[in-house]
This record gives sequence, structure tokens and C-alpha cells, in this order.
Amino acid sequence: MSGLRVNGLRLEVTSTGHDIVDDIDLHVPAGTVLGLVGESGSGKTTVGLAVLGHTRHGVRIASGAITCGDTEILSLSAEALRAVRGGGVTYVPQDPASSLNPALRLRTQLAEVLEVHNFGGSSAARDARLIEMMREVLLPDDAQFLQRYPHQLSGGQQQRVALAMSFACRPAVIVLDEPTTGLDVSTQAHVLTTVRSLAKAHGVAALYITHDLAVVADLADAVAVMYAGRVVEQGATADIFARPAHPYTRHLVAAAPDIGGAREIVGLSGRAPAPGKRPDGCFFALRCELVTDACRVAMPALIDVAPGHGVRCIRSGELAAQPVVVGRHRGAGVRADPVMSVTALNAGYQGTMVVRDVGFELHRGQCLALVGESGSGKTTVSRSIGGLHHEWTGQVTLSGSPLARASRQRSLEQRMKVQYVFQNPYSSLNPRRTVGDSVMRPLLVAKTSRREAEQLVAEMLERVALTAAYANSYPNQLSGGERQRVAIARALVSRPDVLVCDEVTSALDVLVQAAIVELLGGLRRDLGLSMLFVTHNLPLVRSIADSVVVMNEGRIVEQGLCEDVIGNPQQEYTARLIADTPSIEQSR
Amino acid sequence: MTVIDAGHAPSTPSGSASVLAVDRPPSVLRQALRMRRTQIGLVVAGVMVAIALFGPYLAPYGAREYVGSPNVRNAPKTRFGTDYFGQDVWSRFLHGGRSILILAVCATILGVGLGTLFGLAAAYARGRTDELLMRALDILLAFPQVLLSLVVIAMFSPSGFVVVLTVGFTTVPRVARIMRGAAIGVVERDFIGAAEAIGESRRRVLFSEILPNVSATLLVEANLRLTYAVGLIASLSFLGFTPELNSANWGLMIQENGSALTVQPWGVFLPTFAIAALTVGNGLISDGLSRVVAGIDRGKANV
Repeated sequence: MSGLRVNGLRLEVTSTGHDIVDDIDLHVPAGTVLGLVGESGSGKTTVGLAVLGHTRHGVRIASGAITCGDTEILSLSAEALRAVRGGGVTYVPQDPASSLNPALRLRTQLAEVLEVHNFGGSSAARDARLIEMMREVLLPDDAQFLQRYPHQLSGGQQQRVALAMSFACRPAVIVLDEPTTGLDVSTQAHVLTTVRSLAKAHGVAALYITHDLAVVADLADAVAVMYAGRVVEQGATADIFARPAHPYTRHLVAAAPDIGGAREIVGLSGRAPAPGKRPDGCFFALRCELVTDACRVAMPALIDVAPGHGVRCIRSGELAAQPVVVGRHRGAGVRADPVMSVTALNAGYQGTMVVRDVGFELHRGQCLALVGESGSGKTTVSRSIGGLHHEWTGQVTLSGSPLARASRQRSLEQRMKVQYVFQNPYSSLNPRRTVGDSVMRPLLVAKTSRREAEQLVAEMLERVALTAAYANSYPNQLSGGERQRVAIARALVSRPDVLVCDEVTSALDVLVQAAIVELLGGLRRDLGLSMLFVTHNLPLVRSIADSVVVMNEGRIVEQGLCEDVIGNPQQEYTARLIADTPSIEQSR
Repeated sequence: MTVIDAGHAPSTPSGSASVLAVDRPPSVLRQALRMRRTQIGLVVAGVMVAIALFGPYLAPYGAREYVGSPNVRNAPKTRFGTDYFGQDVWSRFLHGGRSILILAVCATILGVGLGTLFGLAAAYARGRTDELLMRALDILLAFPQVLLSLVVIAMFSPSGFVVVLTVGFTTVPRVARIMRGAAIGVVERDFIGAAEAIGESRRRVLFSEILPNVSATLLVEANLRLTYAVGLIASLSFLGFTPELNSANWGLMIQENGSALTVQPWGVFLPTFAIAALTVGNGLISDGLSRVVAGIDRGKANV
């Protein structure tokens, strides 16, 4: 038998015996890629690590069998396990910057893997393999490059070094844990191509863990979807995306923005039950709109709806017959009524210019997306507009009157009319203040009376789909999605004209992201807001924005209506960006 | 972009606040109180503070009352004999804590207050102001605290006011350094930017955004500095810089009775024990608090 086979795997918390994951059956034939998809906390990384016979502290493998190639992992002694890890079974972690040893040169680091596993039997063979490895992952193989330290490489190069190390000893199985999450799309595209071709060429079974459906659609031969520690649906990639038959998978598909079409994405409320708090019956029953009494009795078994397409749902038969209907997001178009205009904006840090000659107009009720890869200067632009970054020249006008550089130099009204929502809701709320207090601050700064302010805060919390009862809670009692809602409430409570959203969904899971995007869309319509939506996520732009400004290296590359720019890019850079973005619809 | 855990909580919650994802973790103080070391420290320090504050009311004799011949270990009508001057050792011991404690508390409030102000201001201002402030404090830090205190007190009369000012000011650079370190991490976080964006004043950002987030560190630091202040003021008294010459004082007692240690050990032992118990008790409390702040006993770092 070859490839990776996992049977009846169960991991539990050692102290309580609660299962983290249970009843996991996976099969990855040699030379193929299995995408393991799930939200954070679904247990996908736990399964990935178990394939290497590893568990996190306080967790144990209770039962099951894992076969990699011809090796039964769980029966190995600690010593034998060490010999297999990095040789026959390898792991590529999410963050290459922390997985490479910063004190070792690349050559030393790469050679170490080969030496430990005594690859090739001679040092000459190992040297030859080292050069070959570099070529496989499309990195330079000259001595000078190999003399470098990890910090002298870009993120993409670092991840390719990690890939080279994992493919070094011709493994039977490789586990990739969100290896492209921190990378730009073009780098991601290179890494994905490399993974696919190496797995095919060398008969490696690859387990690719990710939360990104589009990546899976692009890369994987088969998909397994995890929810609350169970595989709820698995099958060939084409089947899963064409006929998703588990309600959870259907929600994931409906929530995923896609570069191939301007989807009206739909979120889902509720949360996955944590280990020890899982109900009898189907774990998804609490959030499922198709729930019946039978669902609450016992966990459904994984039953095939088609050959090789297993679903853990009693209603899978009827669902498999209905495709997921995804609405189309229609941009509002531009009515010429500029609220904010930016002209000749140059910004920098201590004299180094990172933004050059940026100009655009934001119209009333419009959602303008500012898109670029990391380092493109998009966040600097948005922070300059928000008055948080002070080192800039040029002109930003709000309703015709120019804005000062720093927020403290702006008038009270100007400060209230331009509001900012930050990327990370775990950092943007003061942990020592109650939610109500945080949301109320802008009103108190604007000298609203306390009674009136309390009233407005309660209304605003309802408006962002929280309840007034949340006012007395603290941020650390809330989930990421709830925190981001609070941050949005704080930004909207002073009735701004312009809302600057800086990567507001990039720290959130896909269903939560969709819910936030839905919320923002609704608020925009109801309140007549203009939004500047800063993001690196091109598919998301299609689902939220009317117009788009594409930035690269501090300059605007292209701007216009979403369907024009993304549907028919005029610049080579934009076209490449779009081509590199994985898509669900286009890989069907 | 790291995906932060969000899947375990509702995205559109309904109903009451009972749907909250988690309960609030208990405060630093409450967590520390669960630790044995903090409990012991609290009892020991509490007893010593009680003695220092209420001792004068319990003392059978006055602080300067002559009760018998000097240096007698078991003089009649005394519990621990008489000291070098024929005064009751027990009474002087009961009288001797209050001034030290009050001076130490005042000095700590002054030192920690100013130190925190400088530390937070430096962290928030960053750049040149930060550099200037911290380098100036570094220069002060180069002098040993006792030496600096001695010089200043020798220049003026050793009044209680001067002692508080000196001990307080020499504490400032140490506190400032710690508080700046704690505040640097907070200043980087987005809620500071959010406060600036709506135009909160600098003072409000310092005291109502940053300060509450470094309160745990502040608590540890204040307690630690109190311990040192007690030791320092007792040392200054021992060296002869006593604020009020007529009253009793633990540091002064050690110095006065040191020469008769073999004949009448109580005169040295009681005040020494008092200072030791007070500082050790206090130290245990600080240790408990700092363990909670650093997350040592939970096996994970506290962000």
C-alpha cells in the first residue's frame, strides 16, 4: 500500500478524555493532494500533526491507525518515529520565518536533513541532492545563495526552502499546514505549483491543510471538510464543489468570495461546539437551518451520496441534488457626488517614500476597494487619510475642505466624519474597557450627553447584530467576529460619512468574514456610507466593492469599476495578480 | 495573515449576554491571592504593618522613657529588658515602625507615581523625547541609591520631608524603566490609534488607555519599591540620618544597641526581625503578583 491512510483516528484531551477529533478516515493515494479544509478550531492541524505521530501538550492519540507508505506510524518507538519524521513523513509549517533556524546558513540547514537521515549514503551524493533540491523548488543553487541566512530571503523564498527540506529525502507523505497563508498571491501561486508538480513527479501523498477553499479548488485532487473534530464531507474536488451535500460545506461555498465571479457572499451565525461541549447527534445541528428532530439523536455516519463522495448528513441525498445558488453582487456604479478626494498623496517613513502620487475620489454611498500586495503602500494611504500616519504631503479633502495631516489637528467634525476600522479586532479594543465604554468614547469626545450617548450605543450595538446586553462585557469575552462588530459599532456611532476599513476581515474565518461583509454592505445601504475598503484579497473585492484602485510599490497601477478592472484588466500587473489568484469557479 | 481563532463563537449572536464566548478571567490580585506564597506574605506583612501602626498605643512606656539601668536583659517590669540608655526595648520596638512605614509609603507613592508618568510618557512619545528622558534617567540610575540619598540628605537636614523626597526621587529612574518597557507593547496596539483618530487628548491616552493596561506591572512594581523603601529608610536611620531624633525607629535602634549585642541582644534582634519580616512578607506578595503577571504558574506567557 502506498500513500497515506488514516483509519478511525481519535485524539482526546488527556485530562478530561473529551475528544478533539474522532472517527477520522482519510486516504491520500501517492502522487495526489488531499485538501483538509476547516475553520480555526475544527481540528485540522491536530490531524495533520498526528500524521507525524505528534500531539500538542495535554493531548493524546486515543485510537486509530496511520499508515504512511508501508510504515504504521502509531506503532513506532520514539526512536523509530524520529527516524521517520523529516525523512519518510515531513511537515511544512505555516510560518517559514519561525521554522527555519535563523543562526544557520541555508547550506548547513538543508544538509542537516540529508545527514540526519543519511540520504544517499555518501557526502558526494548528498551534495548533489542538495543542488537538485534547490532546482526542484526553483531557487538558485549557486554557492553564494546557499551561504545566505534565512533572514536574507523573502517570505516566498523562505517557504520554498522549507518545501525543499520537506521533499529532501523523497518522503512518502508530506503534511502542509497553511503554508501560503502569509504570502502574496503571486508567491502563493509559485508555491502551489511547486507542491503540485513535486507531489506528482515523486509519488508523494500530500495532505494540504487550509481554510481557503479557492486554494483547495485549485490545487487538490480530493477534499475533506472538517467541522468540530469530524470529517463531515469528503470526495473528489470536482464533486465537492459541484454538488456539496453537507449543509456546512454548502455554507462554506456560499461564504467564499471568488475572483471568477462577483458573489453575494453569505455568512452564518453561531459557533462550532468546543470539545466537551458537543451535543448528542449532529454537531452542526445547532447552526443548521435544515435541522430535523432526527438530527439531534445520533451523529450521522459518513455515507456515500455518489461513489467516493461521503457525507455525514441524514439529508445529504436531497442536498446533493440541489446546487448551491450564489447571488451576484452588483456594484452600485458611481454617481458623481464626491465625498472625499485624494490628490497627489506622497507618504513615507523617516524620509523614505513608500507612497507616490496617489489620487482617487470616493463618492457618496460608494465602496472603493484599495487593493495591493504587502508592501504596496495601501495601508499607509489609509492611515494617512485616517490621520494616524503623519508623514505625508498632498491633499485629502472631505466635502471640499482639506484635512490636516494628524487627526489631532483636524476639527472635531472632520474627526467624527472619517472613521477607521482596524485589521485586528484583538488589538483595536482596549481590553480594560467594557464594550459599551469603547463604543461610547467617540460620542463623549464629541460632547454628547451621557444619557443620550448610552441610548445611541445601545442602538448601534443592535445595528451591528449584537445586543445592548453586550455593552457590559469585556473584549476578552467575545469572539473575533463579535469584536470586529464592536469595532464597527464604535466607528459608526458618530455617524461618519467615510468609513476606512483596513483589512477588517483578514483575521477572521471565512463564515465570519462573510457575515461581516454582509453587515458592512447593509450598513452602507442603510446609512448612505462611503467606504474605503483596504485589502489584499482580490476575490473579496468583487463581493463588496463598486470600484477598485490597484496599487503596487506605492503607486496606483489601475483604477476603475470592479467589473472593468477585474474582468478586463488593462495593465500587466493587474492581469498577473488576477491570474495568480486561485478560484473556485474557474477550476471547475 | 494569520487566521485568528473565531470559529468558536457566534458571529451573529442573539439573546442575552450569557451567549458570551468565555467568562472573564479573574483579576491579577485575585489570582495572586490563590497562591500560598502570597497568602503567607500577606499575613506576615499585615502583622508587621499592624504593629507599626498600632504599636504606639500598645506600648507600656513612651519611646523616650527611662525605666531602669542600661543594657539589662531582664530588667524588672520590662518584657525584653532595657536598651543602651535604660529605655524599654519592647516599647521602643512598638514605637519604632510607624515613622519608617509612613515615610516609606510616601516615598513610594512619590517615586512610583513620577516614575510611571515618565515611563508612560517616554513610551508614548517615542523618538527623541523618549531618548532624552530615558538617557537622563540612566545617568541617575548609575549612582547607587543609598549613596545618592546620603549625599542629598547630608546637604540638607535629615527631615522627614527630605527623606521622602530623596528616597522617592532615587526610585523614579528604576520605576520609569520598568513602566516604559510595559507600556511599549501597549502603545503599539491599535486601540491607541483608535483613540488618537477620534482626537482623545494625550493625557487621556496616557491615563485612561495605556495606564489601565499596565496596572498589573504597576502593582508589582509599587509593592517591590515599597519593600526597598522600607529597607533604605531603615538603613539611612542606621547610618544616623534619622528624621526625628527624639522618636524611636527600627533602623536607629539597631545602630544604638549594636555595641551591646552580646549583653542585650533583644535591642538589636527585635528591630532587625521587624524589618526582615516586613520586607520578606512584602517580597512574597510581590513575587505572587509578578508570577501572575508573567504567567509563570499558568505555563504560558501573558500577552
